[in-house]
Amino acid sequence: MSTAPALVATQASIRQTRIHLLELARGHPRVILAGSLVLLLFLIALLAPFISPHDPIAVNADNAYLPPLSPSHLLGTDELGRDLFSRVLWGARVSLPVAFVAVAVGLVAGGVIGLISGYFGGVFDLLLMRLIDALLAFPALILAIAIVAALGPDLRNAMIAIGIVAIPVYARLVRALVLQLKQMEFIAATRSLGATPTSIILRHLIPNLLNPVIVQVSLSAGFAILAEATLSFLGLGAQVPTPDWGQMINTGATFLANDPWLAIVPGAAISVTVFSFNLLGDSLRDALDPRLRS
Amino acid sequence: MTAEAVKPLPAASSDQPLLRVRGIKKYFPVRRGFLQRVIGYVKAVDGVDLDVARGETLGLVGESGCGKSTLGRSILRLIEPTAGTIEFEGRNITKLNRRHMKPIRADMQIIFQDPVGSLNPRMSVGDIVGEGLLVHGMKDRVKRQKIIRDILQKVGLRQEYANRYPHEFSGGQRQRIGIARALALSPKLIIADEPVSALDVSIQSQVLNLLVDLRKEFGLTYIFVAHNLAVVSYISDRVAVMYLGQVMELADAEELYRNPLHPYTKSLLSAIPQPDPDHPRNRTVLTGDVPSPFNPPSGCPFRTRCPLAREKGTQDGICAEERPPLAEKKTAGHFAACHFA
Repeated sequence: MSTAPALVATQASIRQTRIHLLELARGHPRVILAGSLVLLLFLIALLAPFISPHDPIAVNADNAYLPPLSPSHLLGTDELGRDLFSRVLWGARVSLPVAFVAVAVGLVAGGVIGLISGYFGGVFDLLLMRLIDALLAFPALILAIAIVAALGPDLRNAMIAIGIVAIPVYARLVRALVLQLKQMEFIAATRSLGATPTSIILRHLIPNLLNPVIVQVSLSAGFAILAEATLSFLGLGAQVPTPDWGQMINTGATFLANDPWLAIVPGAAISVTVFSFNLLGDSLRDALDPRLRS
Repeated sequence: MTAEAVKPLPAASSDQPLLRVRGIKKYFPVRRGFLQRVIGYVKAVDGVDLDVARGETLGLVGESGCGKSTLGRSILRLIEPTAGTIEFEGRNITKLNRRHMKPIRADMQIIFQDPVGSLNPRMSVGDIVGEGLLVHGMKDRVKRQKIIRDILQKVGLRQEYANRYPHEFSGGQRQRIGIARALALSPKLIIADEPVSALDVSIQSQVLNLLVDLRKEFGLTYIFVAHNLAVVSYISDRVAVMYLGQVMELADAEELYRNPLHPYTKSLLSAIPQPDPDHPRNRTVLTGDVPSPFNPPSGCPFRTRCPLAREKGTQDGICAEERPPLAEKKTAGHFAACHFA
């Protein structure tokens, strides 16, 4: 072997295992695509007041039940003659924060519970898991309804309630993964180096939890939007006349036989949103895993 | 001064052992039922005494489940021993808390058996090897990188591998990464927990030779855990044979192979395959299984399978009544735990 490559190698610096988001995205077109989609959705939510062609709550009985592609009403109108396109745009201002807040509450609270329970075990595990069992004993929606009923019916409480319902899922998932990872020898190796539990959790456990947790996040974002729709239908979420995808579907369902677009349009909006989140989760998972990096 | 000179103790203070283990026990509680009551203990390690001198390699052999790995991990306090003391360089480290243990951890490292599970798949090789330096406060990145590069070279890996990830390497290379991680803190004692058992035979000798070279270069002391007697004889100065959590025989490697005293050691040695088909074989085949460490036999743990005890008819006599102490026999430094050896 010649000495030239060795010399070059000596000068080249050793990279840290750190994630540079831009660098990451460069090699992964799917991350860029999914990221742009999600960004677009958030922009729509943010800019809805400026880009909506009509007032989303202005009633116009003369224009009721207009089909999609009608002049000046791109996606048609609902039973009260309100512009569906504008309502869908405004609806993003409800559904996206719901997805975001509910997932954040579930992920942070459930993740911390799962980490403590799995890593430290013993009494922590026993007490925390009984708490989680208690939460799991209720059907998810019934629990959410009970929590909103207790906190008072409005959108913010609905978000919190949906987040609380998601806690057990994350706690159980993270705990199971931690129990499994804890047995791995690289954890023992790190302990024998003298590392603190905090640094073991941060440097070794959390990076190895990412794959399944990211998948769970994209799943529960979808669940959160649908759960909020159900709560709204019961009058426990966003209040009438606030435009809300869930409420629109529920109302539209009544007219499904003759005017199906009333339900299909908001349904499509939810589908696109959930799809974007799933795509982002999926592509991030692949991009973050060194084993799948090309 | 009295006329009578005081006889020096066997381990004179001038050559104080690097590691002194006394009466180490590790009992794992077995829990049953709704209330998780402790119904008994698995006696994985049941009273082991060992001295390891500076620069020596002590081989630790025994069948699976004899407690050799548990003993190794108890010495590092990766597992908390139930009883006994561990002295490292004359200092009792058995009860040190994490903060006080940390500086000592730099001096004792471990190499694992499983080349897959012992490396974090999400960390680059450089980060894996350099983690110990970071943990022990070497904040200077340039300095760290220099050490990482040096060590990678010492274990026979190319420096540019530092930016790659564990899954890109073969089993033997991964084992070298694990060795590099253990070396990064310039330890004095390395516990090698079956470091070659998971490797192909052709790779085993490469890794063994590397360990031998590194011992010379860095003046390392090894505790070499293995179930393969041939491997252990190649690398060890002294060998301890374990059975059901106890040391059955301890002697210089050569002496042990030439002149095994304990019937268990004899049967182990007779099981080593001989490459020469004409070599006369005198196999002592053991019958039955290793008794459960949850409910070990009274007295001598080996008596239920011992050909010597059967021959002498003492299986239910002295062998059942008294645990034979690990005592020095005819040759100096040759210890065996048997009433008749």
